[in-house]
Amino acid sequence: MTKTETIRIRTPLNQEILKKLRAGDSVRITGYIYTGRDAAHKRIVELIKSGKELPFSIQDQVIYYVGPAPAKPGYASGPAGPTTSYRMDPYTPFLLDKGLKGMIGKGLRSKDVVDSMIKNKAIYFAAVGGAAALIAKSIKKSKVIAYPDLGTEAIHQYYVEDFPAIVCIDTEGNNLYESEPIRYKKI
Amino acid sequence: MREIRNAIIADKIKQLFLEANYNIGSDVLDALRNAVENEKSPVGKDVLNMIIKNNQLASSEELAICQDTGLAVLFIELGQEVRIVEGDFVEAINTGVKEAYQEGFLRKSVVDDPVFDRKNTKTNTPAFTYVDIVPGEKIKITVIPKGFGSENMSALAMLTAAHGKEGIIDFIVDTVKKAGPNPCPPTIIGVGIGGTADKAMVIAKKATSRPVGSHNQNSLYADMEKESLIKINQLGIGPAGLGGTTTSLAVNIEYLPTHIAGMPVAINVCCHAARHAFGEI
Repeated sequence: MTKTETIRIRTPLNQEILKKLRAGDSVRITGYIYTGRDAAHKRIVELIKSGKELPFSIQDQVIYYVGPAPAKPGYASGPAGPTTSYRMDPYTPFLLDKGLKGMIGKGLRSKDVVDSMIKNKAIYFAAVGGAAALIAKSIKKSKVIAYPDLGTEAIHQYYVEDFPAIVCIDTEGNNLYESEPIRYKKI
Repeated sequence: MREIRNAIIADKIKQLFLEANYNIGSDVLDALRNAVENEKSPVGKDVLNMIIKNNQLASSEELAICQDTGLAVLFIELGQEVRIVEGDFVEAINTGVKEAYQEGFLRKSVVDDPVFDRKNTKTNTPAFTYVDIVPGEKIKITVIPKGFGSENMSALAMLTAAHGKEGIIDFIVDTVKKAGPNPCPPTIIGVGIGGTADKAMVIAKKATSRPVGSHNQNSLYADMEKESLIKINQLGIGPAGLGGTTTSLAVNIEYLPTHIAGMPVAINVCCHAARHAFGEI
């Protein structure tokens, strides 16, 4: 990864952005994004399977895998770093088939997810795990839009400005977790 | 016999969980700063700098370092000359945890049933506590808010004597390799060798709270720590798993006597947000 230029993008993700982004690109995301973890994904997939309407329009949107800590007074959001993505893998292809174009998380994805991403032309962004207080600074507005009973796992709509992330898997399936560690591997 | 009131214990535990969640230890921070100097990957350097900046921000604004403020794990050394009065000891521990998580803007991450309802207890309790009875009239408390991104990458192997040191190192390195980017590298690897299957994992978890840069007092085990760390950092996983030469900051090994027929090896993985605090009553 030699590129150091940062690309500023806006949500929802249009075709032009999706085509342009390549694994290794450092990005700053501005616009609305939606949160979702295991429990919310489970419910969304149940809705998809039974042909019911989803709690938000998923077409071209970005889901951030996060369960934020509570916000202190005066803060739009509590600390909110990415959670490990593989737990969402069994659900993700259903969401991609429904038009989801971006996911922000950390860690490996299954082959099924990557195949579905290539088929549906979607992007997987990595955020730095454990940089939760810092990342929360880019969250300007936060509101729960579905499943308040899930607490931290409820679906929040965030308005983010210059949310820091790296394109980890692009629309062609190029994968940083595969291409980068090899460069530094000695055993 | 010294009497200690439960309210004092609850209060101490509350303070320790707040301290641990807002402030990373200077040992971890120093190790991260060192890693920035030595990291070969430019992206890796950026990630490490971001982690350091996050730790400084969390500390100065009293924010949780990571949104996963963990399951509440405690190691307590209870002096046998102590008499705990005015209430229930376990309840005092849970009260301390509950107050820290509810008042300190920390995430409540406990579900009451692991398989079926998975309903959040909304208090981050129950805490998971290990008590050792020791001589003296003090209570020594180590708290570990343990995040689960890294906990999920932990592993146990019931090895045998024939596996020896090399077998153990291979298992440690292989576990870190399989975990890849998932446990938020650079990690701290706690290793427990000996005892029973369960006890090995308990000392592995305790080992994650040993200061980064310290080594086992037995030089044979200290060498194993150093050798494992060198190999892990040759895996190329790097900070956040995006490639680099800093995959772990430390391998901390603890050991116990064990059965003639076995050699349990437990690995408890801890993310770079290796949070712990220690206090004494």
